Amino acid sequence: MEFSANSPILFIIFGVIILAVLGQSVFFLIRALRRSKQLGMDQKKIKKTMISSAIFTIAPAVSILIGLVALSYSLGLPLPWLRLSVIGSLSYETIAANNVLSAIGEAIGSLKFSELTAQQFVTIFFVMTISIMVGIWLVCIVCKKVQGGILKMENKDKKWTDTFVNAMFIGMISAFWGFVFCDFRVIFTGQTYGLVPVLVMIASALTMALCGLAVKKFKKVSWLADYALPISMIVGMIVAVPLTMWLGAPPVVA
Amino acid sequence: MEDKNSISKVMTYRDSVYFYGNIWNLTITAILLFAPILCCIIYQVWPDWALLGAGLVATAPMYFAVGVVEVFTYIPMLGAGGTYLSFVTGNISNLKLPCALNALEQSGYEASSEEGDVVSTISIAVSSIVTTLIVALGVLLMSVTDLSTLLTNNPVLEPAFAQLIPALFGGLGVVFVSKNWKIAIAPIILMLVLFIAIPGLGGSVGIMVPVSAIFTIITARILYKKGLLG
Repeated sequence: MEFSANSPILFIIFGVIILAVLGQSVFFLIRALRRSKQLGMDQKKIKKTMISSAIFTIAPAVSILIGLVALSYSLGLPLPWLRLSVIGSLSYETIAANNVLSAIGEAIGSLKFSELTAQQFVTIFFVMTISIMVGIWLVCIVCKKVQGGILKMENKDKKWTDTFVNAMFIGMISAFWGFVFCDFRVIFTGQTYGLVPVLVMIASALTMALCGLAVKKFKKVSWLADYALPISMIVGMIVAVPLTMWLGAPPVVA
Repeated sequence: MEDKNSISKVMTYRDSVYFYGNIWNLTITAILLFAPILCCIIYQVWPDWALLGAGLVATAPMYFAVGVVEVFTYIPMLGAGGTYLSFVTGNISNLKLPCALNALEQSGYEASSEEGDVVSTISIAVSSIVTTLIVALGVLLMSVTDLSTLLTNNPVLEPAFAQLIPALFGGLGVVFVSKNWKIAIAPIILMLVLFIAIPGLGGSVGIMVPVSAIFTIITARILYKKGLLG
């Protein structure tokens, strides 16, 4: 069969795989919902969790879609569609593809998908698939043990276990707060674009704090609590537009 | 039917998550590995072995190491059900985990309780489903319309989405940091200093997450032992 990176057959095959992945989410969702009823959990809360999770997801999902456009220039639509619907991320898939393409003097964004040969396509596909596999099956081996360890720790000292898990959350948040400052040093060379992410983060944090205060003060707006994070995120992203115009965008790395 | 009932009675909910999670994840691993092989069969080509070797050597060792560290870092935070789903659907630190964290915060359940596990599973499952649907819809629109041009080189969308991570972690972080400020001070200072001082560290945030998590656990343990966490 003649190869095209945008061939309908690829859309069909990858579509079926994505359906299987979707099937797993639906399966786990149904079982968790059933369990929530058995545990007598407040179903209103569960419904709110579902709605706020769905709304929160919209902006990051659109951002994944934008990443997909970047990859599709060199790889066509179906492969980035599959790869960004399963484990991996835009940066990982780009690195994996570039590690193959660089050997032939090309890169994502320089080679057009219509010039990609079937052999290059399957080679990139194998590298993308194999290099990130470890998480999916390692989870099968260690998930029960690690969770069991946490439960054991909880039986021994509940307060420390809660602190332990909170410390992990804080650790992750601290790393990303640090990441926000990664271009901060350009200020010392007289450039200002490194301030944009910092100010965006502050704008989002302030919006969140205001939402929290409003919910505490006025009972009428208690619904705000469920949407505070997506609202803060959107405010931060909107603020980013004039801030970028004012302070500049980071130089594009080729 | 009776058999099935008796199995589910003997198995706790968590055990059933491990049981079905293992089946799902191993099946999906097999399907994912089979996909490039199927492409080889359809197009009757083999991979370019030299390119494949070069690509794997450059990519796999690093992401294997990252994968191992990520599994141990994220399992305690994602809960059992959330872990199985997240390691299949990806985008953990920038989407699934923040989503679960926010859901836990709103519902008030502890991450390590069974209720917390149920809540994080529900939020990650919904998030995965919504992501898959949005991406699929986007791909469909891109193949028939000019959506891709609209999404890229857009003077409004581009700067807005470039700042998604700061916008996400500003709002998410302020809640957790204000609630746990005693254990947050040291890691925040450390991470700020590291990221400001070391050029190019921005590309390694995934590696800095476990580093920061371990550092926070150690400092929290010291504060806990000294009785400073009231």
